[in-house]
Amino acid sequence: MRVGFTVNGREETADDVWEGESLLYVLRERMGLPGSKNACEQGECGSCTVLLDGVPVCSCLVAAGQAEGRRVRTVEGLAEGDRQAPIQEAFVECGAVQCGFCTPGLLVQAHDLIERVPRPSDADIREALAGNLCRCTGYEKILAAVRLAANRRAENP
Amino acid sequence: MTPFEYLRAGDPGEAVAAVAGRPGAAFLGGGTNLVDHMKLGVAGPDLLVDVSRLPLDRVEETAGGLRVGAAVRNSDLAAHPLVRERYPVLARALLSGASGQLRNVATTAGNLLQRTRCPYFQDVTTPCNKRVPGSGCSAIGGYTRYHAILGASEHCVATHPSDMAVAMAALDAVVVVLGPGGERRLPIGELYRLPGDAPQRDTVLEHGDLITAVELPHLPAARRSAYRKVRDRASFSFALVSVAAVLDLDGDAVRDVRLALGGVAHKPWRAARAEEALRGGPATEDAFRRAADAELAGARPLPGNEFKVAMTRGVVVAALRDLAEEGR
Ligand SMILES: Cc1cc2nc3c(=O)[nH]c(=O)nc-3n(C[C@H](O)[C@H](O)[C@H](O)COP(=O)(O)OP(=O)(O)OC[C@H]3O[C@@H](n4cnc5c(N)ncnc54)[C@H](O)[C@@H]3O)c2cc1C
Ligand code: SF4
Ligand code: FES
Ligand code: FES
Repeated sequence: MRVGFTVNGREETADDVWEGESLLYVLRERMGLPGSKNACEQGECGSCTVLLDGVPVCSCLVAAGQAEGRRVRTVEGLAEGDRQAPIQEAFVECGAVQCGFCTPGLLVQAHDLIERVPRPSDADIREALAGNLCRCTGYEKILAAVRLAANRRAENP
Repeated sequence: MTPFEYLRAGDPGEAVAAVAGRPGAAFLGGGTNLVDHMKLGVAGPDLLVDVSRLPLDRVEETAGGLRVGAAVRNSDLAAHPLVRERYPVLARALLSGASGQLRNVATTAGNLLQRTRCPYFQDVTTPCNKRVPGSGCSAIGGYTRYHAILGASEHCVATHPSDMAVAMAALDAVVVVLGPGGERRLPIGELYRLPGDAPQRDTVLEHGDLITAVELPHLPAARRSAYRKVRDRASFSFALVSVAAVLDLDGDAVRDVRLALGGVAHKPWRAARAEEALRGGPATEDAFRRAADAELAGARPLPGNEFKVAMTRGVVVAALRDLAEEGR
């Protein structure tokens, strides 16, 4: 089947998509956007998180046909031009990345949090990131990065 | 994954006809359970009829209650101002389930009809009567931490995993179903089955029955209600035991009470015996404990989940105590 949707502001279509492909697969293998990662394929780890019509979802559990005509934003679409998104800068500054496999999903999920919640508490951050697993960092530096990005955003909205 | 066709239904009637007319067809909501099962080989429909974009995505006020469309997302339902005001137990139950990413996709109907998380059910290499009737039950004599202590059978000891459904059971929600023969309304207490000798059937729904809405009745007492869930980690984990409770006090006496338990049975377990023991009596911790014991008298724990009996008692008492204190 043919599947078409908007990705990071551009209209994209993919032909000969098999019904059983996930949105994650279509993004990675057919649209040249390998940022979103494929780890568990079961909704357990969040490494495939993308924004679908503006809300974060696990793209591994979205069947290709379900994305038809909708708006998708991936980690590749967080930066504005040459400038990284505040959450990306904060991850780099805080050293919140080790192997990097969980990072794209965490960036999308944390970006959504700081857009919605002006001054998230630590409890808010933990709950918002509960669906994103990281096997390397122990989360402390990830929390620090989200706090930093949220504070900067609150100061310069 | 078995090859399948994908169809986006234009209206509910078309969706029902498409599924009813084909034995291998299935409805698709958000897909967070069904797509997972198709990848695992647990389910293999040859036609998916996507009902997630049907115009069933509204929460509407009825006489004192609410009508929740089948396609309303779990996150939207939890955030709805009238749900938070009138049925806090439901908002909390929803927010205690899954992760933000999953709640943004999961639908009301899909949540009700999600299947058990019994690890053997999800592992196609092991016998399981629910997946392959007659093949045996690997959980009996196996890993039972998440399994039932009430209402199980020698054929299946699985639990129903939904948090939302436990709250809806306490609220006496009514499920609206459109089938090939027309529309009917099913009290949620009649939707789910105990496993008996047919654990492959979770509910009384027939092939082609589409859930179109869930009605929450007028229940002013539910403004004081709570959902308490015990799990293996602080968030993003299924319930070991949970309780949905509504408590209506008249001074220090219990005027009315609604209790439903999660994580303990093949269906959200309405604790009718405990409710009966409490109605008209004192709202004391001692009474709460005796009521929980009345319900748990029928418990048949398995080797590996005996802890759930004491845990259930503790969760029921704590939820009722908190609600009673709030009311004083
Ligand atoms: C990692 C993970 C953790 C989770 N943790 C929790 C948790 O802690 N608590 C909890 O409660 N849940 C949890 N869930 C389960 C989640 O809540 C369900 O997957 C979700 O609610 C299912 O909704 P859906 O719309 O995606 O259903 P789908 O996957 O689309 O469908 C589920 C079933 O319902 C049927 N169906 C869908 N819509 C209709 C309809 N309108 N009429 C008739 N049949 C229909 C489908 O045919 C299918 O059989 C978790 C899931 C995952 C993946
Ligand atoms: S408890 Fe039920 S679902 Fe689990 S293995 Fe036994 S029959 Fe299957
Ligand atoms: S790959 Fe999608 S949640 Fe893990
Ligand atoms: S940095 Fe390796 S999984 Fe998170």
